[in-house]
Amino acid sequence: MSAAVKTLFANELRAVNEGLESFAENLVKEGARAVHVEWKPPAGGDLKAVAALDALASRASVDIEAANAEAVRRIQAAKPTVVGIGIAADVVPGMAKDLILHAGPPVAWKDMCGPMRGAVIGGLIYEGLAKDAAEAELLAASGKVRFDPCHHHDAVGPMAGVMTASMPVWIVENQAFGNRAYCTLNEGLGKVLRYGAYSAEVLDRLRWMRDELAPILSEALALRGPLDMKTIIAQILQMGDEGHNRNRAGTSLVIRELAPHIVMLDRPRESLAKVLAFLNANDHFFLNLTMPSAKCTVDAAAGVEGSSIITTMARNGTEFGIRVSGLPGRWFTGPSGVIDGLYLPGFGPQDAARDIGDSVITETSGIGGFAMAAAPAIVKFVGGSPKDAIDITLRMYEITAAESQSYQIPALDFRGTPTGLDLRKVVETGILPAINTGIAHKDPGVGMVGAGLVNPPENAFRDALVAFAERYTK
Amino acid sequence: MKRLSVRKDSYYDSVFLMLAARGIKGMDGVAEAVVAMATPMNVELLGDLGFDKAELAGLSPNDLVVAVEANDEGVMDAAFKEAFDALTRKKQAAAETGLARVGSMASALKLDPDIKLAVISVPGAYAAREARKALDAGLHVMLYSDNVSLEDEIALKKLAVSKGLLVMGPDCGTAIVNGKPLCFANVVRRGPIGVVAASGTGLQEVCCLIDRYGAGISQAIGTGGRDLKNAAVGGMTSLLALSALAEDPATKVLLVVSKPPAPEVAERVIAALEASGKPAVAHFLGLPPRPDRGRVAFAADLEEAALLASRLALGDDSPEQARASIAEDSGNDRYNRPRPGAIAATAAAEASRLGPGQKYLRGLYTGGTLCDEAMFMAHKELGGVYSNNQVDPAWILADPFKSKAHCVVDLGDDAFTAGKPHPMIDPGARAERIALEGADPELAVMLLDFVLGYGSHPDPVGACLKEIKAARAAAAARGGYLPVVASVTGTEADPQGMASQVAALEAAGVVVMPSNYRAALLAVEIAKLAQGGKR
Repeated sequence: MSAAVKTLFANELRAVNEGLESFAENLVKEGARAVHVEWKPPAGGDLKAVAALDALASRASVDIEAANAEAVRRIQAAKPTVVGIGIAADVVPGMAKDLILHAGPPVAWKDMCGPMRGAVIGGLIYEGLAKDAAEAELLAASGKVRFDPCHHHDAVGPMAGVMTASMPVWIVENQAFGNRAYCTLNEGLGKVLRYGAYSAEVLDRLRWMRDELAPILSEALALRGPLDMKTIIAQILQMGDEGHNRNRAGTSLVIRELAPHIVMLDRPRESLAKVLAFLNANDHFFLNLTMPSAKCTVDAAAGVEGSSIITTMARNGTEFGIRVSGLPGRWFTGPSGVIDGLYLPGFGPQDAARDIGDSVITETSGIGGFAMAAAPAIVKFVGGSPKDAIDITLRMYEITAAESQSYQIPALDFRGTPTGLDLRKVVETGILPAINTGIAHKDPGVGMVGAGLVNPPENAFRDALVAFAERYTK
Repeated sequence: MKRLSVRKDSYYDSVFLMLAARGIKGMDGVAEAVVAMATPMNVELLGDLGFDKAELAGLSPNDLVVAVEANDEGVMDAAFKEAFDALTRKKQAAAETGLARVGSMASALKLDPDIKLAVISVPGAYAAREARKALDAGLHVMLYSDNVSLEDEIALKKLAVSKGLLVMGPDCGTAIVNGKPLCFANVVRRGPIGVVAASGTGLQEVCCLIDRYGAGISQAIGTGGRDLKNAAVGGMTSLLALSALAEDPATKVLLVVSKPPAPEVAERVIAALEASGKPAVAHFLGLPPRPDRGRVAFAADLEEAALLASRLALGDDSPEQARASIAEDSGNDRYNRPRPGAIAATAAAEASRLGPGQKYLRGLYTGGTLCDEAMFMAHKELGGVYSNNQVDPAWILADPFKSKAHCVVDLGDDAFTAGKPHPMIDPGARAERIALEGADPELAVMLLDFVLGYGSHPDPVGACLKEIKAARAAAAARGGYLPVVASVTGTEADPQGMASQVAALEAAGVVVMPSNYRAALLAVEIAKLAQGGKR
């Protein structure tokens, strides 16, 4: 008898069931063990994508598993560390006075959504390149300023993600690999540039951030020494943050780390108190540290020959785009999604812009929506009960290659967060990455109107998979 | 001895660390254990405890330290292993009882690495792909899905055979593995008979009869209809299953049930039965029975197949001995073959009440193999019956929705199930057909099957009692009488329960026979009497 049949006959029956659920229920009723697969047609029945999946499974030209293991090894080994604050023009690669960086994949001025146009207008005024909105719009349309994604310059930006030459930026270094990532400082909530607001109040705050906040934080950080973000992120997941939509614990920890050094600075007490009050009033301050930490973590895993691990997800409010480790430099895009969310008083879905921002880099690195089970305080965004949040994280294990060795979730018995988003698994299962996000008003200058969960467009993943199969099959 | 182990840049919550420390402190031979982050205070503590200060130098609060003092190397190694295991231990959210749900086959296998079988009932277009994934993962496959191409079936079975794996199907509706019913299957006693069947309700019928005869089933392996019928498939699953059952110590008797196999495949199956060294029974539906060969008995019908297998399982040594035990005059009502006299008497009693103009047999079946069994018998005995399952082109029922003359209809045929559930799941279509036939004054006898078990409707009898009663009342109103003959394929342990289904039929005046074979015999006898005008 074949050994396999012998094993089947000799042991208690344990089955996996795909299709009619009652077949599994009946087995359980009769005392057998069964696991039911909530099966969906692969790639939503897209034959071209299914053919690509099959080709990769049967005749890949590289060892994809080994390549993914290497990409995951790099993500696990990353050591994001805040090393300082600098001015974008001085530290961000390729930054220039006439260059405006933005969130998401490449987008032309004429295709930009409301919030991004507003942020560009604000950025141009802030840089002194235009004196008002009308002049800024003419300049933006004239071709005399250039636009480029933050992601093309080792940077990330929340929401509109606009970064201009004289803005101060966090410098986060992946000390395991030496690569760096950059991100602006968080402005707080309400009317802010990242949501497309550009009123005097917004611009005044940006100038204060450049002239006081950044120097004070920079000096305090120099006194304290580099900040190990991996350890802090590991802690915040055990303190109710998921690293994207909830940043209260992270912001608190950063204040604890910096406050003793801030108060030692030789500056007016009012200036120091204002900085501490600003940090205290802004729950999301930490997001702009998590994002470059995630960015330099996954960047280390980019460009691994044959790896199907997704190393970028980003949205510009018009399009959602991804990049894959084994297909360096290529964006695969689809339309930005409509966010399923909760709204601030006075706003509703009719006010919402489409999905926007580079903050989805957190999910790409295995936190944010992927760690939803860690953040019971914000389960109202995902259905209301902690179980809904746990289900979201459990679902993400279906599409990831590994579990984080550093980031753990208490509610899942300290299981590591789902890490190493595998393009093949996304397409095969039709399970899309769970993305937590804020909601911008569709018109420039209004600001944040809510927060929620969004699905990325499936076609971006299928297109990437087809391209991946073209590149990596015999 | 004292030893330290450091994991750089690993943050763990203190409660977690204390738990890990408690785990190793409780181990025999461990004198001291510290699991902690290397804060200055902890480093000082470890130094005071006598751990190597040089090793402790340069650690940061982000580094995990495990420090153990133990009396020997083995204990030391075990303590470190336990500490790191405790810190990385994953308890997946798997329900120990009940049904776990996941998003992919890969996750199911991660959740329960001891899974050995995949039950696949996804739409046909995707079924082969899923089956291939399962085979690649080393799983046996129960492939319930239909509409899988012959090419795919051959490729899957070749792959399976190369790995020693079973592919039950495609279009395999039933199997029993290790006593557990798969898909459409009955709850039958475990015992020494191993079944291989290339037919769904055929497998269910023999298993239920074997249960009733006091024997039991070790394994019942479905193969899908093409496995033996198509020479290119060549019985790959059947032969693998037979060789496994031949070696299986729990299996003492082999039983093969199949629709007519390809001749060369039939020879290989018989050769496999002979080579097994175990007593065996084979029944090929619709083929004239062959003479027994050595320890292989050839049964004429499903009931005889079950009877012979049961007798061989219960102690008879040879086909001859088993046949003697089941002879119609063996004196043992439980095991004997039908006595023609008894059938004739019941037929005469029923036929005596028929009115003039009542001429025809109408069989309305939910089980395909059961339908075939009745059709082959009636075709031979009544000089021809129409059916949508006919193999003789002259007798194919052109419009399966409309009976003519003697007629046996398989209501589970594709013509009836396109876009609708199978009548075993939803008996509504048959209830309607019963009502339709009941209005036909030429109807002389109605023949029905009721298949119980998992997968089937929770009350197949109840779902058409109203129509049966109405049909009988309509015949009476026309001045005649409608004999209704039925069999129930099931066991008392089935979810529906056997006895209550039979009782409900009998209360409605239905003659319930102990097997489909006998029900068909009786119905044919009644039809013969009706045809011959002998009332």
